[in-house]
Amino acid sequence: MDWQPLWLTFRLATITSLILLVLALPLAYWLAFGKFKGRGIVEAIIGMPLVLPPSVIGFYLLLAFSPSYFFGAYMEKILGLRLVFSFTGLVIASILYSLPFMVYPIRAGLQSLPASLREASYTLGKSEWTTFFKVLLPNCKPAILTAFVLTFAHTVGEFGVVLMIGGNIPGVTKVASVAIYNEVEALNYPAANQYAMVLFAVTFVILLMVYSVNNRLLRVRQSS
Amino acid sequence: MEISLALEEKKITALTGPSGAGKTTLLKQIAGLMMPESGKISFRNVVWLDTEHKIRLPSQVRNIGFVFQDYALFPHMTVRENLHYALPKNGDETVIDQLLESVGLLQLGNRKPYQLSGGQQQRVALARALVRKPDLLLLDEPFNALDHAMRFQLQDLLLKFQREYQFSVIMVTHDIGEMFRMSDQVLIMENGKILQSGKPSDVYLNEQSGNDGILMYGKVLTCRQEEDVLIIDALIDNKIRKLKLPIHMHQKLDIGAHFTLHYSLDSPVLQIISKA
Repeated sequence: MDWQPLWLTFRLATITSLILLVLALPLAYWLAFGKFKGRGIVEAIIGMPLVLPPSVIGFYLLLAFSPSYFFGAYMEKILGLRLVFSFTGLVIASILYSLPFMVYPIRAGLQSLPASLREASYTLGKSEWTTFFKVLLPNCKPAILTAFVLTFAHTVGEFGVVLMIGGNIPGVTKVASVAIYNEVEALNYPAANQYAMVLFAVTFVILLMVYSVNNRLLRVRQSS
Repeated sequence: MEISLALEEKKITALTGPSGAGKTTLLKQIAGLMMPESGKISFRNVVWLDTEHKIRLPSQVRNIGFVFQDYALFPHMTVRENLHYALPKNGDETVIDQLLESVGLLQLGNRKPYQLSGGQQQRVALARALVRKPDLLLLDEPFNALDHAMRFQLQDLLLKFQREYQFSVIMVTHDIGEMFRMSDQVLIMENGKILQSGKPSDVYLNEQSGNDGILMYGKVLTCRQEEDVLIIDALIDNKIRKLKLPIHMHQKLDIGAHFTLHYSLDSPVLQIISKA
């Protein structure tokens, strides 16, 4: 069995989830507590990947990343980055595609905390920044863990977007879901099964761990 | 809400009134946690808020202490860490031990809030609010969820701290006994306005009642007329007592109404403070 597609899948999911975590924390905070007009528009844009067919997102990203259009041309000229059919392109697409899976659980976690925790921290002389990192985030651990794992799992399961903008280049863009599709197309079911089994098992173990940890955290919180 | 008031420094002010009167809102506006539509707040000649001139001092620099109704202890920190969090940069750490000792929790410093009783949590909240030696301490129904004995203990503790550190206090409370015991001034709020203010005795005791006799605060449990006597079962000082009053004082009392009763040499005077 060729392990490369699996390795690529988990590398893509890990990098995407880590970058998204950094981006989503301030974004979730802003959505949870920020006072601004046009919140609906921002929320709708972030939530689009939840409802749009991946091929639609993939199609527009393909256009955007293409060197014949402004964004792709700019990235290639200025930063020397070719985004179509490249791993970097996959990472950027995955970030956009999985954004709601990271942002929404964290935002819900932040909003579920009593307002008095934030207020108490402010009256104790602490800034919003300190309050966020020292009071709010430690009390949102289950939400952050859930968000991270959902994002990871969602990226592992990506197919349509990857196929549209990444294609099928071994070692670069050929992730496990694409490999499974290829093997099935070639009627090589045992190979497809091997990839599928690994994805199935790994995903199950990750989710099992998350739910066990979350249940434990929840019990501690409930007993308080 | 429309409020205009001046409070004396280093005194304890009790804020009372029915739910929805705006007590917590007022407290939070003073703390800078909520913004009034317009208005001005100043403390010791420092303007904290002046909407007209767009001045708004954030909560962080108002040097206040706030004890929340739900205590708002940080669940992921131990008791000691909760207090330590409040310490300013380069602050004197010995204050934490002193405060923990004062509230009798030195031994429980390593416990998490959920491992403490309600009274203990309340004491941690009070101690934490005092770490920064605030100029103004705001308390939102601080002793509400506690039993009688614990309430008394914590009232004493707060009085002791107030005398020691000489800060000003505004506390929301519904307990008239607490107001008489602790406060120099009482403000009664209703529908976002201050209805009455003054010393507890001025606010609650009828002028006619004079200075002699016994004063009781209570809550009506039952009320019936028998000939020309009004018979009331009332909760006074946590005990049920039967009162017999001349009918001319009140025709009928609502169940649950709060009252003060002043027994003087001449005649008893009953005053209804709040309806049920």
